[in-house]
Amino acid sequence: MNRRIIVDTGPLARVEGEGSLLIEMDGKRVVNVQLKIFEPPRYYEAFLRGRKVEEVVDMVPRICGICPVAYQISALNAIEGLFGVEVPSGAKTLRALLYLGEWIESHALHVFMLAAPDYFGVPDCFALYRREPELVKQALRLKQLGNRLMAVIGGREVHPVSLRIGGVHKLPHETSLKEVRANLKSSLEFAMKAVALISRLEAPHLARKVTYVALRSDDGYAFLDGDVMTSDGARITPSRFEEEFVERQVGYSNSLRSLTKDGRPYMVGPLARVNMNFDRLSPSAAEVAEKVGLAPMEDDPFKSMLARAVELVHACEETVRLIGEYDGNIRPHVPYEYKEGTGYGVSEAPRGVLYHRYEVDRKGQVLQAKIVPPTAQNQMRIEEDVRLLMPKVIRAGTDRVRRLSEMAVRNYDPCISCATHFLKVNIVRRLRGDDRARLQ
Amino acid sequence: MARPKLGVFKFSSCDGCQLSILDAEDELIALADLVEIRDFLEATSASKGGPYDISLVEGSISTPEEVERIMEVREESGMLVTIGSCATAGGLQALRNWGKLEEFKRAVYPDPRAIKSLEKALPVKEFVSVDYELRGCPISKEQLLQFFAAVLRGTRPRLPTNSVCMECKRKGNVCLLVAGRVPCLGPITMDGCGALCPTYGRGCYGCFGPSDDVNLSSYSRWLEKRGTDKTTLKLLVKGINSYAREFRGWIEADE
Repeated sequence: MNRRIIVDTGPLARVEGEGSLLIEMDGKRVVNVQLKIFEPPRYYEAFLRGRKVEEVVDMVPRICGICPVAYQISALNAIEGLFGVEVPSGAKTLRALLYLGEWIESHALHVFMLAAPDYFGVPDCFALYRREPELVKQALRLKQLGNRLMAVIGGREVHPVSLRIGGVHKLPHETSLKEVRANLKSSLEFAMKAVALISRLEAPHLARKVTYVALRSDDGYAFLDGDVMTSDGARITPSRFEEEFVERQVGYSNSLRSLTKDGRPYMVGPLARVNMNFDRLSPSAAEVAEKVGLAPMEDDPFKSMLARAVELVHACEETVRLIGEYDGNIRPHVPYEYKEGTGYGVSEAPRGVLYHRYEVDRKGQVLQAKIVPPTAQNQMRIEEDVRLLMPKVIRAGTDRVRRLSEMAVRNYDPCISCATHFLKVNIVRRLRGDDRARLQ
Repeated sequence: MARPKLGVFKFSSCDGCQLSILDAEDELIALADLVEIRDFLEATSASKGGPYDISLVEGSISTPEEVERIMEVREESGMLVTIGSCATAGGLQALRNWGKLEEFKRAVYPDPRAIKSLEKALPVKEFVSVDYELRGCPISKEQLLQFFAAVLRGTRPRLPTNSVCMECKRKGNVCLLVAGRVPCLGPITMDGCGALCPTYGRGCYGCFGPSDDVNLSSYSRWLEKRGTDKTTLKLLVKGINSYAREFRGWIEADE
């Protein structure tokens, strides 16, 4: 047998968390693709048991420092849904703005600092700065505005403190909000130019037919809540999530991953959302998307960075609109009563659908918790993409094969910290990267 | 220190403290010139290896593999700095230390046998010596930048030593404990956040860990007289920094 390991990336750089990619070929046939996760387990679902629902809102964001608000919102949706709390609309707007701040920060981080270096052939954003100083400066400014919005509403960028069951703890200063609005307005032009720039970057192509999954609500580009919709036509309420999507253990990789109930991998995240909610993009986002030819159903995962950049435009414009409409004369929160039962919550984290389920007793204590993050759902799809890409690129040199396969992983902006409170771990690592690429 | 060699390493954690480095948008490019980034997996695919003059370590030590790796990092590093509650005190995931690992594994994983975890998730200093601790969940970006400014100037970094209460008074907040009888960890928590939660009208939940000379038994008795029972305080202390020495001792004495 002519089996050989063609790529073993070692610890993957420019992703959140600890993972590696292994590709095994037999001649021209790909026999094995493993996205290995060696991020250690942290047992969140286990130690959440016995905690009060109020504490959950401050604990779950610690699963991921890149998307803490997503964790807070999905948890709040589940708990408030169970208790039958109707959050005042002004407080809902503040939640939406906080979440949009996280989208802007996270998307700008990924597009310009984690993914862009691949396309410019440099190792990081610092080297990119030496080549394209104006681009990196503007990108950092945009990223900073996302952070600023989070700090104005949430008190700080990472693990904000303003959210609570029933609404928000405190209202932000309106002058600070208006300042963010003015600055974002002037950054919108850069965000739109960035879409055009990214569309011109040379990227591999990989047409494939897949199932996309994203939230859908009655109005707007769904992210704060909504139903779960698949590109196969299903639309379900969050409470049916675990009927529609199942977790399975796969022998070769020893890890749990999500599949549709009939056993197919699926994709969540920016590309899924743009495909499924294209009609709901903000005017400027729709305009730039059309200009660069991004339209449903886009079936190339290498268009993910472009979709993320289009969403950046959308998030900026939506923020400008919401702050413009925000009236500070509102009730920050409403009272609530504990109710026993099970609550289900979903929202669109920057990386895709994030599902939470909590079983709560009549004293407001958590009996059981279940969290399905976007990266766990994308994991199987990532491996499938790499598998499909390999035959097309295998003739290129080792370095290029490695780089392209890493890009196929980074398309999904994987957040491995998120994924590992339940993923199986597979420990293979070295401290140094010298011996990263190995040809056997 | 002239252009020190920097390494940033992640162990069991959420990435939030490393992200705080990248969140210093105004200073990031300048910082990347002032130090030589040798290793920073989240930000760069150029991995140059040790030795490092300064190593920033995020995350608690929770697997056998991590024990080996933190030893390697220590060996390669002149100055080892823990960043955040996980590295400094075990973090939120150290809550599992108060339960049974096998039961926790079964609760989360269908096949618990494949999971390799240490019996406890522990602070870095349980395994190697630590030169400085930047606390917080997450760390304060300003504190991190001041830390670099001091080290680059060759002076000793100054870190907070007083409690959240001091900062809360300076801000002119009305005391939640006294006026509102809201349970608050402010009196026993190190400052670093700028009394963020009390400013938002809610009790402190202890992101920066125990302040100096904490007397939890006394605080518990004081709270009890004002309507907050010990169970409530214990739940608060059993949070982000439950495995910090001062908190751990008090919880253990009670259990």
